[in-house]
Amino acid sequence: MSVPPHAATLDRVTQRYGRVVALDAVSLQIPAGVMAGLVGPDGVGKSTLLALLAGVRRPQQGGLSALGEDLRDAAALERCRQRIAYMPQGLGRNLYPTLSVAENIAYFSRLFGQGAAERSARGAELMRATGLAPFADRPAGKLSGGMKQKLSLCCALVREPELLILDEPTTGVDPLSRRQFWALIGRLRARRPGMSVLVATAYMEEAERFDWLAALDAGRVIAEGSPEALKQRTGCATLEAAFVALLPPARRDGHAPVQAPPPAPRPPGEAPAIEAHGLTKRFGDFTAVDGVDLLIPRGEIFGFLGSNGCGKTTTMKMLTGLLPADAGEARVLGQRPGGGGDARQQVGYMSQAFSLYGELTVRQNLELHARLFHLPPRQAAARIAELLGDFELEGVADSAPEALPLGVRQRLQLAAALVHGPSLLILDEPTSGVDPVARDRFWNHLLRLSRQEGVTIFISTHFMNEAERCDRISLMHAGRVLAVGTPQAITAERGAATLEEAFIAHLEAAAGPALGEAEAPPPALRPPAPARPGFDPRRLLACAWRETLELLRDRIRIAFALLGPLLLMLAFGFGISFDVENLPYAVLDQDQTPESRSLLESFAGSRYFSERPPLRDLAEAEAQLRAGRIALAVEIPPGFGADLRRGTRPEVAVTLDGAMPFRAETARAYVTGLAQTWLRDRQAHSPLPRSETLLSIEPRFRYNQAFRSAVAIVPGIIMLMLMLIPAMVAAVGVVREKESGAIANFRATPVTPLEFLVGKQIPYAAVALASFVLLLLAARLVFDVPVRGSGLALAVGGVLYVLASTGFGLLISAFVRSQVAAIFAAAILSVVPGVNFSGLLVPTSAIAGAARAFGLAFPASWFQKISIGTMSKALGFAELWPNHLMLAGFAILFVGGAALAMPKQEA
Amino acid sequence: MPSLGNILALGLKELRVLRADPVMVLLLLYTFTLAVYSVSTGVKMEVRNAAIAVVDEDHSELSRALRAALLPPQFRPPVAIEAGAVAPALDSGRFVFVLQVPPRFEADLLARRPTELALDIDATAMSMAGNGSAYIQQIVQQEVEARIGGAALPVDLVTRTRFNPNSTPEWFAAVMQVVNSIMILSIILPGAALLREREHGTLEHLLAMPVTPLEILLAKVAANALVIVGAALLSLLLVVQGLLGVPLAGSLPLFVLGTLLFQVSIAALGILLATTTASTGQFGLLALPLLILLMLLSGSMTPLESMPPWLQQALQVSPAVQFVGFAQAVLYRGAGLRIVAPQLLALLLLGGLFLGVALFRLRRSLARVG
Repeated sequence: MSVPPHAATLDRVTQRYGRVVALDAVSLQIPAGVMAGLVGPDGVGKSTLLALLAGVRRPQQGGLSALGEDLRDAAALERCRQRIAYMPQGLGRNLYPTLSVAENIAYFSRLFGQGAAERSARGAELMRATGLAPFADRPAGKLSGGMKQKLSLCCALVREPELLILDEPTTGVDPLSRRQFWALIGRLRARRPGMSVLVATAYMEEAERFDWLAALDAGRVIAEGSPEALKQRTGCATLEAAFVALLPPARRDGHAPVQAPPPAPRPPGEAPAIEAHGLTKRFGDFTAVDGVDLLIPRGEIFGFLGSNGCGKTTTMKMLTGLLPADAGEARVLGQRPGGGGDARQQVGYMSQAFSLYGELTVRQNLELHARLFHLPPRQAAARIAELLGDFELEGVADSAPEALPLGVRQRLQLAAALVHGPSLLILDEPTSGVDPVARDRFWNHLLRLSRQEGVTIFISTHFMNEAERCDRISLMHAGRVLAVGTPQAITAERGAATLEEAFIAHLEAAAGPALGEAEAPPPALRPPAPARPGFDPRRLLACAWRETLELLRDRIRIAFALLGPLLLMLAFGFGISFDVENLPYAVLDQDQTPESRSLLESFAGSRYFSERPPLRDLAEAEAQLRAGRIALAVEIPPGFGADLRRGTRPEVAVTLDGAMPFRAETARAYVTGLAQTWLRDRQAHSPLPRSETLLSIEPRFRYNQAFRSAVAIVPGIIMLMLMLIPAMVAAVGVVREKESGAIANFRATPVTPLEFLVGKQIPYAAVALASFVLLLLAARLVFDVPVRGSGLALAVGGVLYVLASTGFGLLISAFVRSQVAAIFAAAILSVVPGVNFSGLLVPTSAIAGAARAFGLAFPASWFQKISIGTMSKALGFAELWPNHLMLAGFAILFVGGAALAMPKQEA
Repeated sequence: MPSLGNILALGLKELRVLRADPVMVLLLLYTFTLAVYSVSTGVKMEVRNAAIAVVDEDHSELSRALRAALLPPQFRPPVAIEAGAVAPALDSGRFVFVLQVPPRFEADLLARRPTELALDIDATAMSMAGNGSAYIQQIVQQEVEARIGGAALPVDLVTRTRFNPNSTPEWFAAVMQVVNSIMILSIILPGAALLREREHGTLEHLLAMPVTPLEILLAKVAANALVIVGAALLSLLLVVQGLLGVPLAGSLPLFVLGTLLFQVSIAALGILLATTTASTGQFGLLALPLLILLMLLSGSMTPLESMPPWLQQALQVSPAVQFVGFAQAVLYRGAGLRIVAPQLLALLLLGGLFLGVALFRLRRSLARVG
């Protein structure tokens, strides 16, 4: 196939999420064989566009093609999954954090059907080329942001793509790692000149180096061309300025360039706003902040520059008192943070993510702050009105923040941090993801606060141009401060042209040169075999292998899956009992003759009853019953013995506590039986002529002669547990990938829904079977319920049943998005029919109508027949085989249904 | 000292946040209406609709009368089967009871020859087997006595059932389901609210203000208690008393007092659980078995006396056991303050203990999160 002139083309593509238009009739021709970039702030449609080209989102409207293939055609799309690689947004979001570097790469190799030899060769080459080789065994979750991105890139490159799609690959990564990442991409392109690269980025500095750019705003392309062409067209020196100039006039409204006047001089000898010495924080064996010293005078704007995870946030939390320091000392406005002083009344804090209440309106959020800072109501109202005006929030005062654009929410957070008029602001990356216009507006607010109101501002950022606006900055990396000073001084000190280069020079000096990376020759890889269409067992095994590793390394899930059923079985076994015994009772014997005593002795001798002190009168009987201290009161009237001897049928009154009807009915049956036995015994010993017992009824309690609850309940508990727990765990197993973002790998690779789901099901079914064995052991050893019938019939039934229950979990996972929803949906949907309609408490023969149909439409009622049949009724295949057939049918139905309900593309 | 103003402000916020969460509101509505109604009219541990078969080898008037005497709601209409079909019928679970009437049954009785009836029972159907066989025996004896005549018992045994004279199962199930709903929501609402605040970063934001963890904890417990107790009361009045027609014997203010005390300990438990888990997913995985354990071992399903003595002793520290005992005494038996004082005291002590532990854990977990 010849290389087409365009890597991808879009023809009036429109994409909506509900009422939000993400892409608005976008037409683009993205050139092939170059570095092409999409620029623009968060939420303008960059990610949607990339996801459409990567084939992970279903296109709604318009024409879409990549590498000369029409992406709306299913077969062409399948071919493209081999040729296009996609790295989604978010640091390492498509990686498996508990898998090691080598295992992550191996998983992707397996997904593309690569054999063991090819897998290890390719993995070794990629790790060498990216400098990850020394960390091959480190779990992906423990890598730094830059290393995660390199690993993500390795995983994308396993398939030798012709088009590489990268969604914000360097956001939140330190400048050195960023530079290394782009150098790596450059080497890869040198090796494969035909490879096209399409990158989305929010860093304008980065975009300056691309060959071709498209600038997006509000779902529309506002400009395209080379960076030089864009700058020329607008007459701007930087791309960022060009971007602002290219915005439609309405969006530029109110934009004023940021001009930082020098700080006002402060009175000499004034105590600093923040002072810290040797501040240190450790989490386990990881040192997040390592001996940080800070001295920030009042009225200054102090910038904190560094990558994600370098310790900026942790330092700020220690200064606000949210985290205790492990070593070192800090003074904020002269007080120790977290020391209980009133420094918090003087500090405004804005955390990295939006952390106000999305459920409250803008005004209610501000009111909550005012109340918590104990502002008098009148003053609070005035202050809120003032802030709403200052921060241009009046128009949205009664809307929920969730519906507002990011830039407006950031202004709201700043307003909330200012409600109590603090003299110090601690702002943690307040402008991440905000568009340049809103960012400049935000900075103008900050400068006003600092220069006019004398507020000290401690702000962290990873934007170099923001750092340049600060009075002084500190560069931070891996928990340490590398340099402190004015931006000009730091740049000059290293003899660098820009602040970024100075930062990189500091990072290199701190870390030493990157090991063996720059010199590594580009990997010489053979092209991989094309993916096999249709069902491929190797891809299924790849999914099973990866799921098994993850499950074995997640202690909470494996414990829940294996031991949860056992624990619940013990609770059920002891908690649900129909063995009514030791019923507390008391007697009111108003006769006190040998006859009355003999009747009462038969109560005392029964294991069903346990005697409490005798009653004085009827009132006491009533009180004792009311208090629940006795379950029944036996009253023998005066003259009972004499009447009995005379044959005038004396009355014995038994009063039962009917609060719990089952217990009351059972007690009534016991009392009746006891009275009859007593009379029969009396007649047997009586010298009087006996009246013949004409009719006797012989109850034969089959299967359970001793009439123990456990024999009936335990097989039912096994039925319930093997439904509930495997369904929950399997559902969570899929949904957690939706939450983490790793589901993108399913969408962007040739693996089919059936391979993916059955691969996932295998480890969960295996754990469920192990738990089945534990349940059977507990049934035998704790509850003395052995398997009396065919063990084979039970084992086969068990295997089919866990396939059905895990399949049910998979089916649920297709319809829910969060783990909580998966857990509750799986629990409710399996417990309701399992407990009510499957014969656990009520025999299925007593259930009729819709409830009966509901029970039959669920595997639990069929396995109940197998479990109680083999365990308690001593049955085998001969009697039970139809149930096995039904279970196999359910397993196929559920897994097939789940595969059909799980689309390869996100809507 | 916790500030009352802060607790009020935070509590109001808590109510607003809850109102804006459609899932939780739906859960609240469902557990206190539909769940109460469907559970109390659904599963019954009493003998209802029991499937019974009769092997009639006598074909007499008496044997036909016996079949006709087995009536709903306890029994389904008896089905006639052959003697050879008894074992398969019980094996397959089609019938729970099989009554076998031998040949010459009526004739033997009329001739005053002692006769035996066989009653086969599937004893794996525990909820029916015991009481059902007692009913059948009683029904058969009465029927035979009425038609053939027989010696009446020399003692007149009068049983009276207090508090629920007809042993109507709905009376028990409806109220106990309200109790279970209180338990479910008291764990889930505060626990999920705390986790949501942590996941959204709002908890940290609050702590950066002059607010203490104790105030946050108390506001959460109080706000959720208000909602849950209110909903439970409405459910008792409208669904249990109104719709299902169950009489409530005792004092509702007393019940509200006990429920509030119970709330404290169980909400503290929910918060404790939330502090030990990293995500709402894990919270769900742990909360679910805990809820099942609490409910099964509370005495709201089967009586506490049926459990092994060591377990009964151990369960005294479960707030659920104390609360179920309290609720049964007040709502069924109309017990007053004096009778339930021990349970109220136990709930108070447990509430204080659990709240203390939850506060300790909350402080610890806040210091660890980076």
